[in-house]
Amino acid sequence: MATVYTLKRNTIKKKLPRFFQYLVLSFISLIILVPIVIMVFGALKTRGEMFTHPYTIPNPPDWENYAQILQTPSFWNMLGNSLITMVGSTVGVLIVCSLASFVFARMQFRGKGLAFNFLTLGLMFPITVAIMPVYLVVRQMQLIDSLLAVILVQTAFGISQNMLILRGFFTSIPMELQDASYIDGCSAFGFFWRILLPLARPSLAAIGALTMIVSWNDLLTPLILLNRDTLWTLPLGTMQFQGQYSSDLALTAAFVTISALPVIIFYLLAERQIVSGLTAGALKG
Amino acid sequence: MNIPLVNRDLLKRQQRNSSPRRAQDRMTIFLFLLPAFVFFLLFIIYPIIRAGYFSLFNWNGMGPATNFIGLNNYKQILTDQVFMKGVGNCLLIVVLSLAVQLPLALMLAIMVGRDLPGRAFFRTIFFMPYVISEVITAIIWISLFSPDPDRGFINALLVLIPGVQPQNFLGDMNQVMACVFIVLTWKYFGLHMLLYLAGLQNIPKEIEEAAMIDGANRWQTIRNVTIPLLGSTIRTTIQLSVLGSLTQFNLVWIMTTGGPANASEVMATYMYRYAFIRFQLGYGSAVALVMLAICLIFSVMFLRLARQPDYLGSI
Repeated sequence: MATVYTLKRNTIKKKLPRFFQYLVLSFISLIILVPIVIMVFGALKTRGEMFTHPYTIPNPPDWENYAQILQTPSFWNMLGNSLITMVGSTVGVLIVCSLASFVFARMQFRGKGLAFNFLTLGLMFPITVAIMPVYLVVRQMQLIDSLLAVILVQTAFGISQNMLILRGFFTSIPMELQDASYIDGCSAFGFFWRILLPLARPSLAAIGALTMIVSWNDLLTPLILLNRDTLWTLPLGTMQFQGQYSSDLALTAAFVTISALPVIIFYLLAERQIVSGLTAGALKG
Repeated sequence: MNIPLVNRDLLKRQQRNSSPRRAQDRMTIFLFLLPAFVFFLLFIIYPIIRAGYFSLFNWNGMGPATNFIGLNNYKQILTDQVFMKGVGNCLLIVVLSLAVQLPLALMLAIMVGRDLPGRAFFRTIFFMPYVISEVITAIIWISLFSPDPDRGFINALLVLIPGVQPQNFLGDMNQVMACVFIVLTWKYFGLHMLLYLAGLQNIPKEIEEAAMIDGANRWQTIRNVTIPLLGSTIRTTIQLSVLGSLTQFNLVWIMTTGGPANASEVMATYMYRYAFIRFQLGYGSAVALVMLAICLIFSVMFLRLARQPDYLGSI
C-alpha cells in the first residue's frame, strides 16, 4: 500500500514541475516572438488596414509593401554593401586570427605570454569606446567614405575574441600529429597549412559565422566612417529609412523584415556553429 | 614503456644547432604574428594615443589643432551634469542587468536544464533576439512603445485593463530608462542563458545526484552545488554584461537619442553628440578616453577580484 502511494505521489511530484516549467518557458517564448510577429504581420497590411486592425493577422496578406522595397535600387545597393563588408571582414578575421592563433597554440618563443596578453587587450573594452579615436585615424589615412575602412576596423576589433576562441581549438588538436609531421620533414608552415587548417574546419566555421553576424549587424562603424548614402550598409540604411518613413508603419515594417530575414535564416542554418563559437569564447575566456 | 621515442633533449639540442630550422621557425612566428600586430597597433593602440593627444585641445576638426587647453576638457566633462547623468544611467543599467537580467537567464537555464524535451526549440527562440541587429530591435520596440494604443501594442494591452490610461513610455522622463532596460533584457538575456546552458553541460550529473542522495533538496542543490560549479561562466557573463552596459549606444540612440531632456543619456550617446554632431573632436576624444578608463578600471579590478578557484577544473 505504502509503495503504491509513494509511487503515485512521485509521478505527480514529477509531472507538476514539468507542467510549470513548460508554462514559464512558453510564456517567455511568447514575449520573445510577439514583437517579431507583429512586425512581420504589419508588413503584410495596407496602410489603411494598419490603422483599422493594427494587431490582427493580415487577411488577405498584401505583398505591396515588400514589392515596393524590393523595387528600390537603394535597397539592393545597401544589401550589396553589407555583403561586401561582411565577406571582407570575415575573410580578414579568419586569416589574421588563424595565423596568430597557430603561433600561440603551437610554437614557443620568448615573450609569448606578453604578446598574447597584448593582443587580447581588446576584450577589456568594446568598440564603442574606441570608435571616436578610430575615426580620427581613419580620417588621417583619408579612408573616410570607403568600405575598406569599415572592413579593416571590423577586422581589428574581431581579433582579440576570435583569436582566443581559435587558440583554444588549435590547442586541442593532438601534439603527436605535429611531431609526426615534423619527423616526416614538414615545416611549421606546412603543418599549419596541410594538417591543422583542414582539421580545424569546424572551428573556423564557428568564428566565421560569429564574425559574419557581428559584421552584418554592426551599425556604429559604418555610421561613423561612411557619409555617402551610396555606401550605406543595411543597418545604417534601415535606421535612416525609419527616420524618413516613420509615418508609414507598414512600409517600415516591410523594410525591417526584409533586412532581418537574411540574418534569421542564417541563424537557423548555422545555429550550431554560432553557439559553439560563442560558448567556446566564453568558457575559455 | 619508458623508452622515449624521441629524446626531447636531443631534439632540442639538434634544433639549436641546426640553425636553418630555427631561423625558419623564427621567420614563421614573425610573419604569422605580423598581421595581428599591425591591425591592432594601427586601429586600436595608435588611435587611442592620438585621441589622448587631441583631448588636450579645443579642436573642431578643421585644420590642425592649435588651441592647447591642457586638461580643461577633462575638467569640463567631470563637472558636466549631463555626463554625470550618463554615468548614472550606465550604472543603473549595470545594476539592473546584474540584479535582474542575469538571474533571470540563470533561472531559465536551470529550468531548461540538460534533458528537458524541447530544449533545443526553446534555446533557438530565446537566442533569436541576440542575432537580430540592434537597429531592428530598436525599431520594433519604438512601435511597441508607441503612446497611441492603435499603434503601440503595449498600450493596446494596457487600456484593456479598466481605469488604466495609455502611457507615454519613451517620451516620459520617469519611464524611459525602464523601457530601455526592458529592451536590453529582451535582446540580451538569451545570450547569457546560452552561456549558462553550455556551462551546465559541463557539470557532471553525478555531482548533483550525489547531493540529492545526501539529502539536499532541489533548491539547496542549485544553491550549493550547481551555482558554485558554474562560477567561471557566471564571471564571464558578468564581465560581458557590465562592459556592454557601460558602453551601450545603438539601442538608446535610435530609440530616444538620449532624450527626453537627457533622461536616457548614456556615456556613449554623450560622446557621439559632442564628437559627431557638434563636431567638437577634442572634447569628444576626452570623453572617449574617460569611457576607456572606466572600462579598463572595471576589467582590471574584476580580473583581480573575481579570480576564484575553478571548482570544475579540480574535479
